Amino acid sequence: MADFWRRFRRNRGAVVGLVILLLVCAVAAFASVIFPGSPWDMATAPFTPPGEDGMLLGSDSLGRDVAAGIAHGARISLMVGAVSTLASLCIGVSLGALAGYLGGWVDDAVMRFTEFFQTIPSFVFAILLVAIFTPTITSVVFAIAVVSWPPVARMVRAEFLSLRSREFVQAAEVLGKSRLAIVVTDILPNALSPIVVLSSLMVASAILLESALSFLGLGDPNLMTWGFLIGSGRSVIRLAWWMSVFPGLAIFLTVLALNLVGEGLSDALNPRLARKRGGAA
Amino acid sequence: MVVSRRGLLAAAGSAPVLMRASEALAQGIAPRRGGTLQTILTPEPPVLQLGVNNQGPTGIAGSKIFQGLLEYSPTLEPLPALAKSWNISPDGKEYVFHLQQNVKFHDGQPMTADDVVFSISKFHMEVSPRARAILALIETIEARDPHTVRIVLKQAFQPFLLIFHSTATCIVPKHLFDGQDYRTAPAVQRPIGTGAFKFAEWQRGNFIRLERFEEYWKPGQPYLDAIIYRIIPDSQSRRLALETGQVLLTQSSDIEPFDVPQLRQRPNLNVETKGWEYQGPLSWIELNHRVKPLDDARVRRAMSMAIDRNFIVNRLWFGVGKPATNPLASTTRFFDPAVKIAAFNVQAANALLDQAGFPRNAQGVRFTLKHMALPYGEIWTRLSEYLRQAMRNIGIAFELESTDAGSWARRVGNWEYETTINFVYQFGDPTMGVERTYVSSNIQRVTFTNTGGYSNPRVDALFQEGRTAAAVADRQRAFTEVQKVLVEEVPQIWLTELSFPTIHDKKLHNVITSGVGVHAPFDDVFIAG
Repeated sequence: MADFWRRFRRNRGAVVGLVILLLVCAVAAFASVIFPGSPWDMATAPFTPPGEDGMLLGSDSLGRDVAAGIAHGARISLMVGAVSTLASLCIGVSLGALAGYLGGWVDDAVMRFTEFFQTIPSFVFAILLVAIFTPTITSVVFAIAVVSWPPVARMVRAEFLSLRSREFVQAAEVLGKSRLAIVVTDILPNALSPIVVLSSLMVASAILLESALSFLGLGDPNLMTWGFLIGSGRSVIRLAWWMSVFPGLAIFLTVLALNLVGEGLSDALNPRLARKRGGAA
Repeated sequence: MVVSRRGLLAAAGSAPVLMRASEALAQGIAPRRGGTLQTILTPEPPVLQLGVNNQGPTGIAGSKIFQGLLEYSPTLEPLPALAKSWNISPDGKEYVFHLQQNVKFHDGQPMTADDVVFSISKFHMEVSPRARAILALIETIEARDPHTVRIVLKQAFQPFLLIFHSTATCIVPKHLFDGQDYRTAPAVQRPIGTGAFKFAEWQRGNFIRLERFEEYWKPGQPYLDAIIYRIIPDSQSRRLALETGQVLLTQSSDIEPFDVPQLRQRPNLNVETKGWEYQGPLSWIELNHRVKPLDDARVRRAMSMAIDRNFIVNRLWFGVGKPATNPLASTTRFFDPAVKIAAFNVQAANALLDQAGFPRNAQGVRFTLKHMALPYGEIWTRLSEYLRQAMRNIGIAFELESTDAGSWARRVGNWEYETTINFVYQFGDPTMGVERTYVSSNIQRVTFTNTGGYSNPRVDALFQEGRTAAAVADRQRAFTEVQKVLVEEVPQIWLTELSFPTIHDKKLHNVITSGVGVHAPFDDVFIAG
């Protein structure tokens, strides 16, 4: 663990990303302490510029505190990112493992199925799903999970293809371990590092996807999210730039942080690759 | 200097005088012939044939192509249009309209009493549900001579003259519709009317161009060469088009209310909110009385008291429109200013709900209601967000649902909602546009009927009395009484009397001259200076 941390620390960007991410998590965790009450409450006059009247980041068209909206929105964004990533990992890892380990016609079937999903533009598909199931937080998470699992399946399959012919797998087979046990206890742990890296990036793209849906008015109307904040600020951008800029910054920083952390994880988990890259630089 | 000039303009604008071309001349602005009026139409209408389609944008563009027998003043007095004059018999049953001479359709055929009889007794009876409800009162209609139409009603109906605007019963050419399916006749796609402007070109998604009709019956008019309605779907682009002078006029919901204060500041623009007196739109929270506890009048009254209507008008609509005071818009006839809904009072509302037996639970919630936002643009979503907070103050949790325009109309029509927002035109008279929301005989699975399912025999009787009474005083008594009952019962939670800003360049004259505003024929509109 200490070794892992040492290698992670070597990547300065990753450390910065981690700090930002922890900050965002802290804001999300303490949102109701920093900004008690609902973020939908009208706190002051509409369109109060940042810094005036106790509004750190200004107020929106109904006099709601933009800062409170961002803090409470962080919860939803992180939650949506985490839950939808978990859901798509479940689908992606199971299908990828199935295809990669069993091979043959199962592999063919699963991969054609995956390709079917990959041929549909993912954002358009997500809009379609949310529009059909009416915008609620569940349907948004579901839609994001459904459109983001195919890359996981492909990657897990590739890992499994290369790992299943290794000696330790063959040894386990000779020992008479069940297929399920081999997949779960022998192969999966060895395929974990790329999955971890990929999922950190998936959280980032899920946050972006959720924001894009909310921006288009397809978010849950009862939840304050970053995308909603930008979407409602868009038409008044000439009047109140702060309504779109600050939530935009929040998304930008969070997504950047997640990407940096993802890269750091990748370096820490693949020491050889990292050293090579370090040597080249 | 600047201030005094602005004050002068404001004074001129607020005077309830119809500024006709001759008066404009008297003020030193000579009507000038020529020029093209570029304006905006939002959203794009499916067709321009009034009657076949009666949505807002169709009315705005269609009223330039078509004309009705009458126009209306800001106090809803009938003014001559295709009817030069009219007589009403003392018993209020017989109406005789004398038509203008030398009126021609855009295809060159003369417009006669036959066309009027056809339009009223056949065309609009068939295609237009709102007109049909009133026109069904007609016993006989006949063309006495080419320029006289006589209508006899089954019973006296005092607001009868209000149904003759072009947006309700425009006069269509009999020779192009008779014997065909009115909705699919070729003339629906190439509309032919008697208006000052004839249909010239329509590039879908881009613009609609109307051209001056050279044989228009008013000598020397219209002044404009053409009107171009541009289709601009994005509200910020619409504002930009107005600011840069690409368009000279915006109307209806072209400009978002939050942009209005800034546009008021611009010295070259005039912002007017008059001209919606004939439509008289009133907005409300539409309640489904089949959902408990919305059947309890105390609950509805408490909800009504929890809403700060001044906030809605001033903060959401930026001062365009005014708070509703009762089920009638103040421009609707028989509006009684003495009858008022209970004032904004959160404490009293909470007390009322406690009394009614709806205690708060541990989270401070008495009960939860679904609320479907009106999908007509951002401002309506903001309104629902405000209402959710207002309801939270009295312990009612509003759960917002979003839909698209089609689903909204379907769900309201099928009674598949708990609460939503609605706004309905009143057309100047309680019988024309108010009655339909409250009488039990109009509980139908159709949008803009009594979809809430409110039923009160006393209200039914009073509206019936108001409908059939021939004397104005009798009608006033019935309608005052019904306003009193409704204000106690709060079947729907009235919010605001909507008004839509008409914003135009000061070069453009005579835009709003009557109670129909931008639905006027525009034959006297001109560009000068």
